[in-house]
Amino acid sequence: METVASRTETPGSAQEAAALLRASERVRIRGGGTRSGWGHVTPAPDVVLLTAGLDSIVEHNEGDLTAVLQAGVPLRAAQERFAAAGQMLALDPPGAPESTVGGVFATGDSGPLRHRYGAARDLIVGITVAQPDGSVAKAGGKVIKNVAGYDLSKLFTGAFGTLGLIAQVAVRLHPRPPQALTARGIGDDAERLAAAASALAHRPLEAECLDVAWSDGRGAVLARFGGATAERGAETSATVLREHGCEADVVEDDAALWQRQREHQRSTGATVVKVSGLPADLPKALRAADALGGTLVGRAALGLWWITLPGGAEAVQKLRAALTPAPCVVADAPEDVRNAVDPWHTDAAEPLVLLRRVKQQFDPAGVCNPGLYVGGI
Amino acid sequence: MSDASAVVALIPRLRAICGDAHVVTQHDELRTYASDGLLQYAVTPGVVVLPGSGTEVRDVVRACHEVSVPWVARGSGSGLSGGALPVEDGVLIGLSRLKAVVEVDLDNQRVVVEPGATNVAVSAAVGPTHFYPPDPSSQIVCSIGGNVAENSGGAHCFKYGFTTNYVTGLEVVLADGEVVQVGGKELDRPGYDLLGALVGSEGTLAVVTRITLRVVPAPDHVETMVAFFESTSDAGEVVSEIVSAGITPAAIEMMDGLAISASEQMAHAGYPLDAGACLLIELDGPHEECRARLDEVIALCERHGGRDLRVAQDEPERQLLWKTRKAAFPAAARISPHYFVQDGVIPRTQLPEVLRRIDALAAEYDMRVANVFHAGDGNLHPLVCYSGPEDAARAEELAGRILAACVELGGSLTGEHGIGVDKKAHMPKMFDESDLQAFQKLRCAFDPGGLANPGKIMPTPRLCGEVPGPFREHPLERAGLAERF
Repeated sequence: METVASRTETPGSAQEAAALLRASERVRIRGGGTRSGWGHVTPAPDVVLLTAGLDSIVEHNEGDLTAVLQAGVPLRAAQERFAAAGQMLALDPPGAPESTVGGVFATGDSGPLRHRYGAARDLIVGITVAQPDGSVAKAGGKVIKNVAGYDLSKLFTGAFGTLGLIAQVAVRLHPRPPQALTARGIGDDAERLAAAASALAHRPLEAECLDVAWSDGRGAVLARFGGATAERGAETSATVLREHGCEADVVEDDAALWQRQREHQRSTGATVVKVSGLPADLPKALRAADALGGTLVGRAALGLWWITLPGGAEAVQKLRAALTPAPCVVADAPEDVRNAVDPWHTDAAEPLVLLRRVKQQFDPAGVCNPGLYVGGI
Repeated sequence: MSDASAVVALIPRLRAICGDAHVVTQHDELRTYASDGLLQYAVTPGVVVLPGSGTEVRDVVRACHEVSVPWVARGSGSGLSGGALPVEDGVLIGLSRLKAVVEVDLDNQRVVVEPGATNVAVSAAVGPTHFYPPDPSSQIVCSIGGNVAENSGGAHCFKYGFTTNYVTGLEVVLADGEVVQVGGKELDRPGYDLLGALVGSEGTLAVVTRITLRVVPAPDHVETMVAFFESTSDAGEVVSEIVSAGITPAAIEMMDGLAISASEQMAHAGYPLDAGACLLIELDGPHEECRARLDEVIALCERHGGRDLRVAQDEPERQLLWKTRKAAFPAAARISPHYFVQDGVIPRTQLPEVLRRIDALAAEYDMRVANVFHAGDGNLHPLVCYSGPEDAARAEELAGRILAACVELGGSLTGEHGIGVDKKAHMPKMFDESDLQAFQKLRCAFDPGGLANPGKIMPTPRLCGEVPGPFREHPLERAGLAERF
């Protein structure tokens, strides 16, 4: 739970945000607050910096398929604007309507579209950050191809605000496929279901999304197709799924299926563990989820799975042991669970010595979201 | 001890690490390493080492660290921004012997390679079912390690993305000689996106000794076509309309009249020499999708006066069309004895405006500029032609003004070649002091001693405030060329 802070501030510009960071000792940065329960439980900050004042869609360059967005813009509002031009920011993480662009990039969260379009890190082309030394810096630009200077956009994406406040991002957009259909294959044999998913992942079918879901010894592989030949892609996939022993059909009105996939990446009461595995280890992950009474959703071709566990810290440890060496990061979880286990699975993280050196350079006094991140950074 | 004598003193140790045969010390031999693909710059290194393993690379870097000798890592040396230009009195670490394909793991769609492996070797290792999409024009010779350093693109990155979208793991040697594993075969290892920071850092943060790449299923169908137009603005209109229609071709390449005639002299593809522009468009994916999109693209070309439309009927013809495009740089030598290549980027919709400005600048300088573009993503390669050394300074100035125009129009100094030494003086056009300081923070996190590929990217040399360990005066400080910030 977010602890009560003594003061909140709502800067109206990157410069104001940087000045506030410079003047503060311990700051918690907050967008829509929909992911504020992730990471280490931390003591109350002096100041909560809200990005709500940075709420402008600065540019939507339709012809260039790019946009520049301030951090506090709700992702949904941005998507509505792009959809009016037949475009989208190809990021569909789960989240309430108040989920912001800044929050999604700061946490690096993603949804089923990651299969085809990549993650937040792959879609960001430029960034403006407010830094704890009081300065505002930018990196990248607003063109999709650009190698001038270091790629700080990626460094800040997924950094959970521990290097500074993301004030603005420039992103690449994609055409929104006009229609969508989903091939669905259902089965109760973990090995065969995983083989079916793998067969689809190795075919040049160009699916928009390729997901898996598993609960109580039974699951589904879902392959979504868009565009002029969506029907053909879905039918071909259904055939492949049947060849692998699944009951398969093609779902035309498929929005609810995908909404469910996204929703199962989150939980309000249970513990959700995000696993970074190898795609070929999917059967192992399905068995581990079963053994712990958990459920799984995830990206079949990417090896990214969200396992919801009914148990607490002990279940997390067992899952980590079963899937070692795969990083298993605790996302949503009760506070006692996040206190009892290292939510970041630091043993399986990037080299801590380098993470600390990066933090030391960008936020030497530990002002930005102190204690929240990997290794207690 | 002077800088030169520090390198000389290091030589016996380098010989012990790499073996006598793999340490180059003779001046005439060293001179052959003086330039990379950007021949306008040449610096003879103090010594060249050609390590045969990641362990040897580590030991070389550690030896350099102990005596504060700077080093530059080089793959194939085909880069076009001087990113692998040696440092005088420094060590050049050539990685061409480290070219093994270590592991092919198609179950997980990964391939693990050493940095000296060529770009084409990766696709060859995972074919025919899979391929590695980033495909710089130099792919036959350029190394994956160099691609990682430069975040290389290529013609197909409009659809498929860049090197940074495909690197999932790196083994790197930090400038203090420590070896660290960043990423792996898995995605999203917890912690800062160090992979994102390392890829495209032009060898200034660390040297890469092993690379894990994601590969993707090869498309089951490809259609490749060319069309010719009266002018680059007609061709530019077609590009805009293709993208607006929601079509994402694998590649959209444009050449102007001068580039067409140069390439044709070399490739003999039968291109019309009176055309003002041509588009090379490739679509890939499922068969039906490709055919449907090809029909749409042909209709758009015809609506804008496209002529001599030609769809490749077989693989040899497809290769010929590509050869004509990829020959553009070498072919430029046939129309001009010297040229500067630039790599600016503009938002795609600014294509007509930037071409108008390039034409005006060419007229002002009375020089010819041939244009080759990755049109889909607005990446320009103007070739500024000049006749001899007496014109070089003016040609470079013209190239610089083209870059300034790109930045003014909302673009970038470089799309795929990198800043290196070539464009570092232009960095303030795009980034202000606080941006450059943020870059320096990253640099200092990885290489506080400033020994990894110094003198690249940043417009002026700068040092890190706090260097761990006993204070040592940096060679640049000693020479009065830099001060501590």
